[in-house]
Amino acid sequence: MNRRVRQVLPKESGDPTHEVSLTVNGEAITREVSPRMLLSDFLRHELGLTGTHVGCEHGVCGCCTVSIDGAAARSCLTLAVQANGAKILTIEGVAPASDALHPVQQAFHECHALQCGFCTPGFIMAVVAYFEEDKNPDLSEAAIREALSGNLCRCTGYQNIVKAVRRAHELMSNDNRD
Amino acid sequence: MKPPLFDYLKPESVEDAVAARAGEDDSVFLAGGQSLIPTLNFRIANPVLLIDIGGIPTLKEISVSDTEIIIGAMVRQRQVEKDDAVHRANPLLREVLGNVAHSVVRNRGTVVGSIAHADAAAELPAMLLATSGSVEVQSPSSARRIEAHNIFQFHLTTSLAADEMITAVRVPVLPPKTGWSFQEFARRHGDYALAGICALVTLDDGGRCASACLAACGIASTVVRLEAAETEITGSALDEDAIIRAAKAARDAVTAADDSQASTTYRRHLVDTLTKRTLVEAKGRAERCVS
Repeated sequence: MNRRVRQVLPKESGDPTHEVSLTVNGEAITREVSPRMLLSDFLRHELGLTGTHVGCEHGVCGCCTVSIDGAAARSCLTLAVQANGAKILTIEGVAPASDALHPVQQAFHECHALQCGFCTPGFIMAVVAYFEEDKNPDLSEAAIREALSGNLCRCTGYQNIVKAVRRAHELMSNDNRD
Repeated sequence: MKPPLFDYLKPESVEDAVAARAGEDDSVFLAGGQSLIPTLNFRIANPVLLIDIGGIPTLKEISVSDTEIIIGAMVRQRQVEKDDAVHRANPLLREVLGNVAHSVVRNRGTVVGSIAHADAAAELPAMLLATSGSVEVQSPSSARRIEAHNIFQFHLTTSLAADEMITAVRVPVLPPKTGWSFQEFARRHGDYALAGICALVTLDDGGRCASACLAACGIASTVVRLEAAETEITGSALDEDAIIRAAKAARDAVTAADDSQASTTYRRHLVDTLTKRTLVEAKGRAERCVS
């Protein structure tokens, strides 16, 4: 059967565009974007940084968590134009080198804190921000669960994720001693 | 899921922002975006123009005086929560903010934005009612102040005129000998409350209740003051009987119909229990202030 692809979308978008300049994982970026482009889509579609996952797109699941000017934020609840001038850190930028893992990544690996892995980038970014905010945070079960409450995982049951947060603290404490 | 088509403006002054708002009926202010952007993503909101107030420096300030805390429209919830001067002036704010979504959302969300959004189940509007706070409002031609009890008209509806913008919220400092409490019940941590109660109790020299302010979220078409409950405890020794009477009076404030989340009967039960718990906690804290 001969199937033809029809041009259904106009050749040019009717969207206005605005210039945004921001720093992503240390790299200065300037792009023309539509004001309705979400930061999550900007990272994935414009920059190819597909490590930032998109789950619910309305701020519930936490998969798209990135760091904006040092604070963890939902990239699906931020417009790319709002990030003009900001410093963004994504999962691609947390490891110190291409052949090394961030202590939080290492801890998730060691503790088997992921199964399908879809939620993992969001969890890693939230935990990295948790330790950025306070190098010696409250590591009680309740405090860790409170800190992770904005991220959903449908596989692990969270037990190993809680363990990984404590392990990450151990790894970071050891790093600082060296 | 993508937001609808809109144009975007980022003014650098309040004057330019309200002028833009007055020039386009179908425009909306964007602050932290943690309520607005989901409604755009769902296409519940479909504005022609978004006016981003994130570039206005004067809206990013918090000030604390002997009498009140003034929070600008671009001050993030997390910033208020972590501010020790705010906490010393009125510890209710940190307690309420701990129940607003999750810390990652509070990093972006603003206190004023939550009040302007006026969700009937939201914590911060209830806090504003209980503390008898107010908002500063600016239009192209004038400025005015609106007291908390005149702001909230319906779920997601305030008494602001179409060309007005909330530039700051004013929260009074906690009076002396006053205890505070906020408690809510939500299905999941960080969700909007099925019911939430905010209580302030001021004791006199004899340890009796000189005044009480109670407000609730999640139980009616707006946040509500629980005046009948306040009357029951004002002048009492905040003994068990008085607290039970107040809780019973508070139940009657529930007007929300049965919905997919909870029945009216269940919400009444929650209001009863939460009123008792908040009054006991606020009383205890007030007694520790006195001693």
